[in-house]
Amino acid sequence: MLSRTAENLFWLARYVERAENVARLLDVAMRMSSLPHGPTDGPDEWHSAIVAAGCERSFYAKHERASAESVIDHLARDPDNPSSILSCLETARRNGRAVRTALTADMWEAVNATWLETRKLTRDDFVPGRVGRFLERVKERSLLFGGAAGATMLRSDAYWFTRLGTFVERADNTARILDVKYHVLLPKAEPVGGSIDYYQWTAILRSVSALRSYHWVYRDRIKPWLVAELLILRPEMPRSLMSCLGEIARQLEVLGQAYGSRGECHRLAGQLEARLRFGKVEAIFQAGLHEFLTEFIDSNTVLGDEIGRHYLF
Amino acid sequence: MTSAFDEMGEQASPRPAYTGVAAWLAETPAAALSAKLDEAELIFRRTGITFAVYTEGGDPERLIPFDIIPRVLDAREWSVLERGLAQRVRALNAFIADVYGPQEFVRSGKIPAPLVLHNPGFAAEMVGLRVPAGVYTHIAGIDMVRVGPDEFYVLEDNCRTPSGVSYMLENREATMRLFPDLIRRHRIRPVSHYPEELLGTLRSVAPPAASDNPTVVLLTPGSYNSAYYEHSFLADEMGVELVEGVDLMVEDLVVYMRTTRGRQRVDVIYRRIDDAFLDPLAFRPDSALGVPGLMAAYRAGNVTLANAVGAGIADDKAVYTYVPEMVRFFLGEEPILKNVPTYRCSEADERAHVLDRLHELVVKDVHGSGGYGMLVGPHATKAERAAFAEKIKATPDRYIAQPTLSLSTCPTFVDNGIAPRHVDLRPFVLSGRDIKIVPGGLTRVALREGSLVVNSSQGGGTKDTWVLDG
Repeated sequence: MLSRTAENLFWLARYVERAENVARLLDVAMRMSSLPHGPTDGPDEWHSAIVAAGCERSFYAKHERASAESVIDHLARDPDNPSSILSCLETARRNGRAVRTALTADMWEAVNATWLETRKLTRDDFVPGRVGRFLERVKERSLLFGGAAGATMLRSDAYWFTRLGTFVERADNTARILDVKYHVLLPKAEPVGGSIDYYQWTAILRSVSALRSYHWVYRDRIKPWLVAELLILRPEMPRSLMSCLGEIARQLEVLGQAYGSRGECHRLAGQLEARLRFGKVEAIFQAGLHEFLTEFIDSNTVLGDEIGRHYLF
Repeated sequence: MTSAFDEMGEQASPRPAYTGVAAWLAETPAAALSAKLDEAELIFRRTGITFAVYTEGGDPERLIPFDIIPRVLDAREWSVLERGLAQRVRALNAFIADVYGPQEFVRSGKIPAPLVLHNPGFAAEMVGLRVPAGVYTHIAGIDMVRVGPDEFYVLEDNCRTPSGVSYMLENREATMRLFPDLIRRHRIRPVSHYPEELLGTLRSVAPPAASDNPTVVLLTPGSYNSAYYEHSFLADEMGVELVEGVDLMVEDLVVYMRTTRGRQRVDVIYRRIDDAFLDPLAFRPDSALGVPGLMAAYRAGNVTLANAVGAGIADDKAVYTYVPEMVRFFLGEEPILKNVPTYRCSEADERAHVLDRLHELVVKDVHGSGGYGMLVGPHATKAERAAFAEKIKATPDRYIAQPTLSLSTCPTFVDNGIAPRHVDLRPFVLSGRDIKIVPGGLTRVALREGSLVVNSSQGGGTKDTWVLDG
């Protein structure tokens, strides 16, 4: 297939997934901000959402301070921010449109109808009290897109590149959502492992639709290292880094077999997957969760670039 | 205008080809037709959801209205057209080959040399280049009009990049869904194999060095082009890659496309972009649509372009007047299809005649297309005619004139019921090692009462076109 087509499919899937995860990220921030607050010296969940989204620079170029209003606006609406949800949906559609014939009608519908819906929104739909509906809708449409791809696409390279885009982006985004917790400081008087800490971890689980899974897997109360284990190492958790890397490695392997050629991206995916498969959460915490996640996000970015390089994007 | 030939005739005593359609119209209440029209809309929006989505917001082209009453040609009428079209396109290809080759037609004095050699459609890059099978216009759209039972005229030849074939295919699809019973009552020659014939034609003119399984691609200017849906539709139906300039590259005079498996050699390019944008190194340097080095690869014989560069020389409306002579010169045959009688303003006595009778003639710019730059004498004001006369005197070479023809009409479903409306016909002629013509073509219909203008930009619609079998 044409490299341009593969590239468009890859980025279409990435931007749909990113829109969903920015929505999830804002969801965490909203949940955290609704927890009872003591006085904090440091930045709060709104600042942490901006950092986790990787939008620090663009945000502070425009805004003095991270507040619910400014952060929601920047991450959900602002057309100048290429990672805002609206920008993601727009970019996704543009990529989809360029390869319209490589998509099934259902996939295109999912992308196009979403975009058309967003055209009708006004600034009022993005105020903190109302944005929840929009965020829910974005998640829903992204899930619809993924479902449509899975249920209607021919299993050929077009499908594999689409899936690669989804999982490369999801791995990045899960790592970022988990990292939110690092940036949020607990109120001064609040002990680690105290109730605020507990609710913050709960918010993260909820935001990635994993709270119930947590209980099923661990049958235990919420413990930070188990949350991290679930979202990083457990293969049965569909948004975990392990799951994503497993999928990436699998799709690359199918492509490698179909094309009869493998490259640096295959090696790198295998290496990252092996580190997760054989990793232990104790070791991750010992080295520092934040450091681990930062390094992971960097490697995952390199992996995305290598996929592009190998397939001539 | 009221005396125009109607292809159905009186509903009570229709012409033979139309007996089925006339009976169906008589037994179907207007309300039922109206409901079918709405359904047609829906079908185009749904199957053809494809259409609505190819461009921003809704495609202005796709809004070309579809008239639900088919146009019918019988086997005999078609067999004459078919032979005439094949003959004409063979002559046109021979003419273009001659223009860029030995130039015998010019030297024999059959056509004024400046008209060919100084024509903006003349591509100096093509001189001395031989193309596979000597074919320059692989896909030709010949615009025909009808004025009587057996009187067809060629209005113009489109040898460059004729479009509209996707309507021909989609209109038939729509009729089959809307009126399966009506279809069953007739024996209609199918058109759906057009993409297959097109692919076969393109493969047959691959460069000699290509493998037995040559790679064909369709080159489009991109998704913002108004005909993009047709490009993607045809690429899909043929199962070939739809490429843009950026997807192709030239190395050592060979054209490749960038694929996920690496570079893949390209043998035949069905290009839907104009000559001027093909290669920024050879033509317009500001073209972002083209492929640098493509012309050099073409000249080296490593890739076939369809249609060939420079084929537009035959689209010129002054050159058109010499086509019957081309048939005689190159084929030694009498032309089967007639040209519309045409006055060349470049010739003094004909010019005088034109200036005299401006009120009853249609004057056309020889390089114009799509109805631009023309004067319809009977519909123009005195001032408009006077202004146009000055233009003709200033640059007589630029104009030809033709009588206003009374185009045939077909029953058409309009706001106040079924009424006759003027139509034309664009059959598509494929030339490779052989000539293939899918029976029928695209019928365009002027939906406004009395109007002769079928162009979609000016209130034209389309009809499904049937050719009956035997």
